[in-house]
Amino acid sequence: MASGSAASSSSSCSNWVMENGDVPHVLAVDDNLIDRKLIEKLLRNSSCRVTTAENGPRALEFLGLASDKQNNLGTGSKVNLVITDYCMPGMTGYELLKKIKESAITKEVPVVIMSSENIPTRVNECMEKGAQMFIQKPLKQSDVKKLTCQLMNCKG
Amino acid sequence: MEVGQMQRQWVDYTKSLFLEGFLDSQFLQLQQLQDENNPDFVVEVVSLFFEDSERLLNDLTNSLDQQGIDYKKADAYVHQLKGSSSSIGAQRVKNCCIAFRNFCEQQNIDGCIRCLEQVKQEYCLVKNKLETLFGLERQIVAAGGSIPTMELSF
Repeated sequence: MASGSAASSSSSCSNWVMENGDVPHVLAVDDNLIDRKLIEKLLRNSSCRVTTAENGPRALEFLGLASDKQNNLGTGSKVNLVITDYCMPGMTGYELLKKIKESAITKEVPVVIMSSENIPTRVNECMEKGAQMFIQKPLKQSDVKKLTCQLMNCKG
Repeated sequence: MEVGQMQRQWVDYTKSLFLEGFLDSQFLQLQQLQDENNPDFVVEVVSLFFEDSERLLNDLTNSLDQQGIDYKKADAYVHQLKGSSSSIGAQRVKNCCIAFRNFCEQQNIDGCIRCLEQVKQEYCLVKNKLETLFGLERQIVAAGGSIPTMELSF
């Protein structure tokens, strides 16, 4: 099902579209320091504002989904995209994806999963839980450009 | 040595690193990310890689030096090292890690010890090569030149 190095959701792109002139704010989650630096630069090069988190719990905190905050006011920061590593100690990217999709505040936020291993069952389970895309590591500029283009609803 | 000569030396040296398999195309991705806003991006990321790798290699050495080896923990360290080396294009280190993970999975202590030695060797080699490369870059910049852009066309 995955051709090349990435799989895309076939659902409509309406949840990707941003207001014209807005700079996308991306939350990048990865436990590896080098990968965080790399993804941050790749995203900045594609004109995104970037916040990085080194694990799932920190990411949830940033999004206002920390388990001790049981309110619907969404005190978390607004992000237009979450891009997360799959293999992380503690909470995996898959578990983070599920939590994001289960919350009313964040379920519309597109989530992209990155992994060094292109395992079909892994890709499928992420896509089934609502991941927008599954990208193989190491990330390249062309991967990120494709992503941000979809986010900004570029035509052509 | 004048700038043109230094630049040619840099190109030849870089080519050799690719031809000998020390680096792969991911390193070119890093170089392409370097610009006027981030003129030291490659050195910064590679320096992080050096620090991170040395810590991981220490942790690995300790973890394999135990009475009851925790292979899952060792595998987690190797996974990290595989990830970082892959992200910066350190191909030979990455390939060592792939073999290493197999031995961790098999809980094969001899295989693990051998791989540890190999990965340490490959790490030292690529570290020396990259430090030499960065030295050439500093010389070029000091002489008022700019670092050529590398195309993988050879």
